[in-house]
Amino acid sequence: MSTHGNGNGARPFVDVDNVCKWFGELQVLDRVTLQVPEHGVVCLIGASGSGKSTLLRCINMLERVEEGTITVDGQCLTKDKVDVNEVRRKIGIVFQAYNLFPHMTVLQNVMLAPRKARRVPRDEAEWAARTLLSRIGLEAKAEEYPDRLSGGQQQRVAIVRALAMQPKLMLLDEITSALDPQLVSEVLALVRELADSGMTMIVATHEMAFAREVSDKVCFLDGGRILEEGQPEQIFSDPREARTREFLSRVLAGGRMQ
Amino acid sequence: MHALRHVLHAFFNLHSFTLAMPDVWAGFQLNLKMMVVAEVLVLVLALGIALVRGLPGPGARPLRALAIAYTDFFRGTPIIIVAYFIGFGLPGLQLGYISNQSFTTYGVITLTLVYSAYVTEVYRAGIESVHASQRAAARSLGLSYWQTMRYVIVPQAVRRVIPPLLNDFVGLQKDTAIVSVIGVTEAASLAQQFSNNNGDFPSLLVAAVFFILLTIPLARFTDYLVSQRERRERAQAF
Repeated sequence: MSTHGNGNGARPFVDVDNVCKWFGELQVLDRVTLQVPEHGVVCLIGASGSGKSTLLRCINMLERVEEGTITVDGQCLTKDKVDVNEVRRKIGIVFQAYNLFPHMTVLQNVMLAPRKARRVPRDEAEWAARTLLSRIGLEAKAEEYPDRLSGGQQQRVAIVRALAMQPKLMLLDEITSALDPQLVSEVLALVRELADSGMTMIVATHEMAFAREVSDKVCFLDGGRILEEGQPEQIFSDPREARTREFLSRVLAGGRMQ
Repeated sequence: MHALRHVLHAFFNLHSFTLAMPDVWAGFQLNLKMMVVAEVLVLVLALGIALVRGLPGPGARPLRALAIAYTDFFRGTPIIIVAYFIGFGLPGLQLGYISNQSFTTYGVITLTLVYSAYVTEVYRAGIESVHASQRAAARSLGLSYWQTMRYVIVPQAVRRVIPPLLNDFVGLQKDTAIVSVIGVTEAASLAQQFSNNNGDFPSLLVAAVFFILLTIPLARFTDYLVSQRERRERAQAF
């Protein structure tokens, strides 16, 4: 029996418990509690500023939480003595603005972290990177610099760069929000593929149709709190909270549902 | 009219100009050596100080304060005074190895100390100009603070600051002449000696020409880099 968990597999892979965070006077997370089982996909929806990004950044330890605990894969991240780099190696995050390294080629972008943070030998890292790039059909762009790629291609490279570290958990922070509409689908297709392969994911998104299709659970955030959570069908068809209904009808009016 | 002719003759006498050339050229080679050595040392030392100054966390506060004190002191002090302190102070301390160097070495030390203070600020501006999201991206991949600096932040920062850096080097090249005050027989001091012996000034003009000829290519190269970057950035904007 594993030393982690309670042996019956019921322990969530990600366990966020009563997390609070302030930016100065402003409370951005208010007693957030969230559980994600292994291989689960949870979508966070809500208006900008509702705390989706901050929550993801806290899970990746890019932000410190002031109260509450976060546990990932049996390891508590909110204790004092935590090897941040070690934790991050198994949690990939992809940002809205891609954040590829502009002075490196696509291949170098993907290889850097495996080589330096995980000490994978060069040949092995390059082989793995090329394999990942061919999986997303961008092998031919391996030697190009990021500014020669479209936004959709850059974002797919950013996803693959995170995958190259073989993370056990992927955090996606509005990864299609900066993209031209016609480029969104190629990125979502890759995320769908990841979900199908059993990757545990927490996805902050404004793409409601996608959230409905891909997620096991949807959380609606409002003012730093998870106001409502449930099965996608229930949240989108029959939301309990008035705020959720209001948010969804506004999104629907904006044409983001289909 | 007579006075003007007198001055012109005193400064622009071609015969005297040609005579002074070998002497001044011999001295100028020393300027070139000091310049190259000092520039290499400045590039390294200034980057080190800039990195120390950017260290995160409360534990690094004393180190950061030290780095700030360094730049404040050496940017604020006239180089000629630093030259006297190094050139006459270090030998006077009778510290064996440290006190038994040539004046040229003390000159290089002076230039390195002073210009590192300027270049530290240049590096720092470059490091700060790299967007925070780059740091977040690197750290989120599991790279350590130093790995992030080494592979992601500093390479981008250095590229951006090459033009202002070269600008500071133009200043350094000229200031190799200032360290003659501690007894380095470089181009400007030899030109002055020649001028004293000969009773006219074309030798100084020779020294000026050497310095200018060295500076112009560097200035044009800087311009070229700036315009190249502007073109690139404009291409990216569309």
